[in-house]
Amino acid sequence: MDFDLSDEQKMLADQARGLLAERTPFDRLRTLIDSGAEWDEPLWRELGQMGFLGANIPQEFGGLGMSELDLGVIGQELGRVNAAVPFFSSIVLAADAIRLAGTTAQKVEWLPRLASGEAIACFASAEGPGPLLGQGVVLAEGKLAGTKHPVADAGIATLAVVQVGDGLALVRLDQPGVTRTRLDSFDQLRAHYRIDFADAVAEPLPGSGVLARLLDRAAVQAAFEAVGGSEACLAMGRDYAMGRQMFGRPLAGYQAIKHKLADVAVAIELAKSNAYFAGWAAECAADDLPGAAAAARLTAIKAFEMAARENLQVHGGIGYTFEANCHFYYRRERMLAVIVGNRGYWADRLLNAQPGAQGQAHSTEKAA
Amino acid sequence: MDFNDTPAEAAFRAEARAWLAAHAPAHELAAGIKIPDTEEAARGRAWMRELCDGGWSGLTFPKALGGRGLTGIEAVIFSEEESRYQLPKGPFTTIGTGMALPVIAKHGNDAQRAQFIEPTLKGDLTWCQLFSEPSAGSDLANMRTKAVRADDGSGDWIVNGQKVWSSWAHLTDWGILVVRTDPTVPKHKGLTFFAVDMKTPGIETRPIRQISGMSEFNETFLTDVRIPDANRIGAIGEGWACCMTVLMGERLGSGAHRSGVEPLIDMAGRTPSDDGATMLDDRAVRLALADALAEEQGERFFQARLRTMVSKGENPGALAGMIKLAYAGRQQKVLGLGMELRGLDAIAADPADSATADLQYDYIYSTVMRIAGGADEVLRNQIAERVLNMPGEVRMDKDVPFEQLK
Repeated sequence: MDFDLSDEQKMLADQARGLLAERTPFDRLRTLIDSGAEWDEPLWRELGQMGFLGANIPQEFGGLGMSELDLGVIGQELGRVNAAVPFFSSIVLAADAIRLAGTTAQKVEWLPRLASGEAIACFASAEGPGPLLGQGVVLAEGKLAGTKHPVADAGIATLAVVQVGDGLALVRLDQPGVTRTRLDSFDQLRAHYRIDFADAVAEPLPGSGVLARLLDRAAVQAAFEAVGGSEACLAMGRDYAMGRQMFGRPLAGYQAIKHKLADVAVAIELAKSNAYFAGWAAECAADDLPGAAAAARLTAIKAFEMAARENLQVHGGIGYTFEANCHFYYRRERMLAVIVGNRGYWADRLLNAQPGAQGQAHSTEKAA
Repeated sequence: MDFNDTPAEAAFRAEARAWLAAHAPAHELAAGIKIPDTEEAARGRAWMRELCDGGWSGLTFPKALGGRGLTGIEAVIFSEEESRYQLPKGPFTTIGTGMALPVIAKHGNDAQRAQFIEPTLKGDLTWCQLFSEPSAGSDLANMRTKAVRADDGSGDWIVNGQKVWSSWAHLTDWGILVVRTDPTVPKHKGLTFFAVDMKTPGIETRPIRQISGMSEFNETFLTDVRIPDANRIGAIGEGWACCMTVLMGERLGSGAHRSGVEPLIDMAGRTPSDDGATMLDDRAVRLALADALAEEQGERFFQARLRTMVSKGENPGALAGMIKLAYAGRQQKVLGLGMELRGLDAIAADPADSATADLQYDYIYSTVMRIAGGADEVLRNQIAERVLNMPGEVRMDKDVPFEQLK
């Protein structure tokens, strides 16, 4: 057993962290929000040039052919800085969907362009409040009808991977049957849209039964991103407490603060350990993936919610200002908490992976 | 990253598994049947003897001292395999191998190593721990039990005081004892470490009536107990360093992993709910059990990360305390939930329902997990100070001679 990142993965993390620290400081995020920008386009281009976007895409389709764990290492660094890029939409969800369910021709057409970052795809599943996977959009005779919302990054995408019932379809967004309307986004660094399809031309991704697996793999990546964000929050809260004097000594010296941050640190290590195992299982132990992904998902949500909330709490009033940096994570955390299905879905997924733990009413998971 | 065994680890595991299959079943304790503690301790000694005869004791101990000189990973593999059996292991075996021997190996002299190591590995000598006192728990260095030189010129030490929470002190042969030999220096500096024969006149153990109804812990009173200087381990005043050696051994723990959550999932599935389904169909129960299971799995993989650190020669330090902190709190919470989902029956079940009886006992015992071997609050301080590099606690007793402390 060697349960640690490889030296190459640690170098990859260092490389990504170095680049991101330079390109996307908090003032950059503030500038993007103030200008109403949809995304950080120069950063995206650079990530593409570095090969980060195609990390887990097979070499035959223009990627680097690396592992889920390698992609996770990159996602962790994007999460650490709250990068305003469509990585999760285009790479983690859409490209992976094409990879899992597409024909060779579809992969040849799209994966190289997604891997380089030249094209962006969004992933459309929800249809308003409630389930992650909506059931109202229909595909008949190559025409798609209905509404998906909210959809992250739809404004900059040329392609949508649309969930239709238990299947998936590809829809080009630059056609007459597609209308995109921007919504106010709680996460101010990720633009969200409503997409109306009025007999839009669509082609199915023929692979069937891949949705659960797609979500498992995405949950692993979401966990890595959340771990990165959690670590940033813990470091920020700790640093602030070290510098802040209260009643004649550093705030960080009080047990109320020490114990709070120690609990956050424990939650992060549990989440990170689950993410490592799930990233490894995605490649090397497919049978373990559903339970592993669910455990990673549940612990990562918990760690990031504790970290984002307590970081702001440790800052006190200054944490409620736009000039302090807590809010980027406080908002991003809620998006990650719902990005691939709610807790109930993952609780069922985890328990159903245990022999004899299905219960009677939950033997098949309802879509998140 | 590879979670699987390397070929060498797999071979070691196969060897351990085969040996255990041939030897462990005869030593197993029957599930659900309580045996008298004297018998349990005797069976513990027999298992120690079997391990020693088979070459499976002192796995990480240097060969020169009678161990096998293996790595921590191999010890973990063995304990994982061993934990598949219900074996008579407990403080009466682990205090000797996990605490007494590391201190004697590191701080003792050759005569002491010859006297204690082999008999302990064979189960001929069992040990208890005489550290905590009524006023020295989390503040362990606040010990008041004192030793002074006998006035007969023999060099012997005369010990007076009281120890508490000494597991199995009534049934073990020797004790590891820390006492104050110099009250004129600050508290950490005036302590000295001894091995003491529990049959020495003046030692009286009294069982503590615990909230569980059991009495495996004792108060141990020491009245004019005479200990030869030859049984002093390490130098005079080196007692605190010896304690640290013991406590480091305590933290990394074994690789044994028996799920605390799975039996509760099982129980939920066997407990009817209002609507004719089971409690495992209840949303709130499912969410809570899944959260606990996810954390438990995270702990298992975190443990794997720490073991990898150790195998690469790194010291996990206070990171190891995170596992105990997470485990203890979660156990109490999830066992409490287990009682709730069982309904009123959790309070007074059918006498034949041993699972509910175990649940009741485990819920009571979970309080011990949060206190013993580093209380939650001590562990949080350590994590904050040593992992996050936050400031240490304000100490009013720093650099003050012990005898001047209130």
